[in-house]
Amino acid sequence: MTPLLEVRAVTKTYGARIGCRDVDFTLWPGEVMGVVGESGSGKSTLLSCLSGQLAPDAGEVLFDTRAGGPRDILAMDEAGRRMLARTDWAFVHQNPRDGLRMGVSAGGNVGERLMAVGARHYGDIRARAADWLARVDITADRMDDRPGTFSGGMQQRLQIARNLVTGPRLVFMDEPTGGLDVSVQARLLDMLRGLVRQMGLSAVIVTHDLAVVRLLADRLMVMKGGHVVEAGLTDQVLDDPQHGYTQLLVSSVLQV
Amino acid sequence: MTDYNFAYLDEQTKRMIRRAILKALAIPGYQVPFASREMPMPYGWGTGGVQVTAATLTPGDRLKVIDQGADDTTNAVSIRKFFERTAQVATTTRTAEASVIQTRHRIPETPLTAEQVLVYQVPIPEPLRFLEPSEVETRKMHELSDYGLMHVKLYEDIARHGHIATAYAYPVLVADRYVMDPSPIPKFDNPKLSNCPAIQLFGAGREQRIYALPPHTKVVSLDFEDHPFEPSKADAACALCGDDASYLDEVITDDAGTRMFVCSDTDHCSARRDAGHCGEDAA
Repeated sequence: MTPLLEVRAVTKTYGARIGCRDVDFTLWPGEVMGVVGESGSGKSTLLSCLSGQLAPDAGEVLFDTRAGGPRDILAMDEAGRRMLARTDWAFVHQNPRDGLRMGVSAGGNVGERLMAVGARHYGDIRARAADWLARVDITADRMDDRPGTFSGGMQQRLQIARNLVTGPRLVFMDEPTGGLDVSVQARLLDMLRGLVRQMGLSAVIVTHDLAVVRLLADRLMVMKGGHVVEAGLTDQVLDDPQHGYTQLLVSSVLQV
Repeated sequence: MTDYNFAYLDEQTKRMIRRAILKALAIPGYQVPFASREMPMPYGWGTGGVQVTAATLTPGDRLKVIDQGADDTTNAVSIRKFFERTAQVATTTRTAEASVIQTRHRIPETPLTAEQVLVYQVPIPEPLRFLEPSEVETRKMHELSDYGLMHVKLYEDIARHGHIATAYAYPVLVADRYVMDPSPIPKFDNPKLSNCPAIQLFGAGREQRIYALPPHTKVVSLDFEDHPFEPSKADAACALCGDDASYLDEVITDDAGTRMFVCSDTDHCSARRDAGHCGEDAA
């Protein structure tokens, strides 16, 4: 079996400051990888490098494309990368406003990816948008409303629908539950877990919320100061943390 | 009056504009940046079109200027006067007699010929402007033919109004490559853009862009398979000349809801009346 995503020695520095350094990992099809760490530990830098939004200073990111097998996405041209970004990849932003078009209706937001890859039949686009809105529990009567009229949780669900409509194989998530209250978080997580299992998605989830990775991630990487300090199976890392920072992180979670 | 260089602009400026025009003709639909000059008229009055016309005119040309189809409105009259004064060229209101036609928001009803140049005044050359605010990003989208967003606009139209409600500045795909804003002409005129024997030049003064359609270029209006493009006009005949196939203006004649429809192309209308055609309100 070929790994879906292979990351080799990815390094990104901002001048003298380290963004992330020598990150290696392999993501297999259907696997969910969690990346945790405090603010400024390089999680988001790493995610931007992986998804082609930021050019790393060194390293390779190999993605197993449908047509051509494993290819280095950093060596790809912009057109190829954009095509990947709207077919095989999905990117869920922390703030739904970054990932949605706020001036376009919910249906249009979901349909945009379809139209970008060449769908030109209004009825079909609308039917697929309606189907996906239903899957993320947005009722049909809200389809022509703008995202600005939605609650935070609905906006986040809309962003997820918009990303998954083209049937991607790899989902990047940057703090998908940040800024949501706990009950909405729980519902979103439940939905995400269902979708990931159902569609056999692979995902890289960046978060500082250990509950999120406990629920969703198969494997876990702990980052500090741009380095990966510990990696392993989620339950193993969380139940028996080895590195001092991971121990601190796990013991910092509030118990209610 | 001999204090002006021919057609107002100095020769170096005209060379610069001609270079931009040639480049635009070589890449149909591509927006070529040019160093737009201050013109002795406000932005929005056709400063782009005027510069293109100035660079195109020769002393032997015959110029026609139209504004929303009419030869006798402020914008048309002042630009025509401007070139009468600064270039001493002959002018006309007859489409068939003109060699250069500067237009605002219409294409003449009379079919154009291979001897003519049609110059459009363009307020906003970027068709993606109101969908994507970043100029850097829109250029990237043109570079990569990344035009899915244009259909999002049409999708929104249908979702909100049940049909494509965009009635003017209707986006077109030029020669299977660039998406272009045809300037705010009514979508009724869109089919005339395609395979036109005349040269069509578009000048945007404030935005400093020139683009062009060489003769016989394929121009396709964007649409959906199940909502095809339809050129539309008022469902009536001209009250003066009786033509039911030309584009009509609605004229409100009192405050009690009385209205009449007349040809927007005044030259077309008067030529028909001279030929003896008569509408129901003709005096």
